[in-house]
Amino acid sequence: MPSILFYFFSAMTLGFGLLVVTARNPVTSALSLAASFVGLAALFLSLDAYFIGTIQILVYAGAVMVLFLFIIMLLDIKAEEGKKPNLPAVIGGITLAVLLALQITTICSSFDSAGVQLKNAPLALTQAGEKAELPTIANDLKAGVLPDAKLMGLTLFQKYGFHLQVVGLLLLVGTVGVVVLSKREKGVKDA
Amino acid sequence: MITLSHYLIVSGMMFALGLAGVIARRNILIIYMCLEMMLSAANLTLVAFSRFRVTDGLPDYAAQSLVFFTITVAAAEVAVGLAIIVALYRAKQSVETESVTKLQG
Repeated sequence: MPSILFYFFSAMTLGFGLLVVTARNPVTSALSLAASFVGLAALFLSLDAYFIGTIQILVYAGAVMVLFLFIIMLLDIKAEEGKKPNLPAVIGGITLAVLLALQITTICSSFDSAGVQLKNAPLALTQAGEKAELPTIANDLKAGVLPDAKLMGLTLFQKYGFHLQVVGLLLLVGTVGVVVLSKREKGVKDA
Repeated sequence: MITLSHYLIVSGMMFALGLAGVIARRNILIIYMCLEMMLSAANLTLVAFSRFRVTDGLPDYAAQSLVFFTITVAAAEVAVGLAIIVALYRAKQSVETESVTKLQG
């Protein structure tokens, strides 16, 4: 990916991220977060992670943000008007965030960056095709195409099959938990 | 030329933004969104490391599997968390952290 696109999508991700934190109206925050996630998905695509990028759009920018917006609309949460922000918390938050960002930036820029450019980490698809386990994946690789979703599925079901089942169970438990939580108790009047 | 450090710095800044939001804001819904942002920042780090650690000419798919699991857990967490927020709103008629003082000593 050309550098300019990287900077554009990074700016999109971080700019809308800043708007999430600063906006007074929760709806603005939610929509900014969706835009921020779209920028992040583009960054994933730039790293050749097509499957993860698609999932990011579908699950985060789609499902999760709709859930957030739905709850905001349902509870009819108004913008914080006239309320003064909690000043010590704001100062503390900004200080901590700036310190953390400075630390990370210093550590990352002290790397020997010559060895870690995308140019120096090329994908050798054709060579990988010789070792590939499944014919469809091997054919894709030999043709010079990265079969991202297929490789992802192979890893998930071959190496992490048990973990995948545990995650399925987690989602089931989560669903049951939500139903239990949102069920109105008998005899308790809705305030 | 874009290096690994670029991606790590963007991810670090995104994480810092989320952290600032969690500490500074009072609205629980926005705190939740900032938590999501911090999780996504961690995902970006994982994907960047996955792409730059080329094994046998392919990206490291173990890291991307971890991202898949993170996204799943985050989605489950959002569903449960929002149910708790709705229950809280029913009890307190507010989603401000300051209205929840029951556990304060």
